[in-house]
Amino acid sequence: MTRVDIYRGWCKKCGICIAFCPKETLVADKDSVPTITDLESCTGCRLCEMRCPDFAIVVTKDEKQKTKSGSAAG
Amino acid sequence: MKESSHFVHKYLRSSKRFPHIWCAGCGIGIFMQALIRVIDKIGYSKDEVVLVSGIGCSSRLPVYVDFNTLHATHGRALTFATGVKLANPRLKVITIMGDGDAASIGGNHLIHAARRNVEIVSFVINNQVYGMTGGQSSPTTPYGLKTTSAPYGNLEAPFDISRLVEAAGAVFVGRTTVYHTPQLERLIEKSLKKDGFSMVEVLAQCVTYSGRWMGLASPVEMMAWQRDNAITVEKAAEMNETELAGKVVIGVLVDRERPIYDKEYGKLAREKLKV
Repeated sequence: MTRVDIYRGWCKKCGICIAFCPKETLVADKDSVPTITDLESCTGCRLCEMRCPDFAIVVTKDEKQKTKSGSAAG
Repeated sequence: MKESSHFVHKYLRSSKRFPHIWCAGCGIGIFMQALIRVIDKIGYSKDEVVLVSGIGCSSRLPVYVDFNTLHATHGRALTFATGVKLANPRLKVITIMGDGDAASIGGNHLIHAARRNVEIVSFVINNQVYGMTGGQSSPTTPYGLKTTSAPYGNLEAPFDISRLVEAAGAVFVGRTTVYHTPQLERLIEKSLKKDGFSMVEVLAQCVTYSGRWMGLASPVEMMAWQRDNAITVEKAAEMNETELAGKVVIGVLVDRERPIYDKEYGKLAREKLKV
């Protein structure tokens, strides 16, 4: 499954990722920080990662993670 | 640390305070990430890339990234960049300017750098306002828009930076918005690979000022505006001027060949001056 990391410390709660997520996978939590309730719906398109002005989201696609090290390949 | 897993973080200066100074939802951050991605994709080393900037919100960008960086005086990014390129033609020289920096304070440098066709890749982050100083009208502020310096509406017609640079002689001119991030990355890549003076105009949202003046209260609304008002070059060719009023034409506007100043200069130095 695709992994999505959200760094709360860097997020400025602008809402861009939530508004333009094609599958509405990202939703706002009570602090307006994006969170994911249904990771199954994520297609791994990475638009949230690319449009985040604060480098606060990382999408790691399944295919790239063949080893169990868990490190995100560049 | 979790942060270190993001490859973009490899290019950030850890000594600088993050999150960065730009407002929540500012388009400059999106451009910065796209630039880092493309540089990483092409595979330039950190030592061969030089980022030169002037003054303004977008000109803060080189402060955060771990390349050779030069934060120059207002409007003079291209003059410093020309010097760097002529002193060491092997370097990949990139300038980051805002619309005020490029078209107003440094307007002459912009047209003459394009005319000379020095091999510099310049990015003009156009947010249609002087953001850092408090929302005054810039040379690209739309006619009639209310700003801090024009409380009854802007009486000046805006500059079309891309067409200005095209007329001045740039070999590659592109325009896009930060909403169109995949296209933004393609244009950055094309301009970096092009020999000669290339410029990409990136329409970015200034949520704090131009957004407020335009009645678009959030970064989401501003990016939706970019999505709804952008017309591709191909589609724009079939439209007349009245249909295109208020729209943003995006895509590759110019891609041509002309003699490149620094290559000609190097040839001259080798042949005539025996340097």
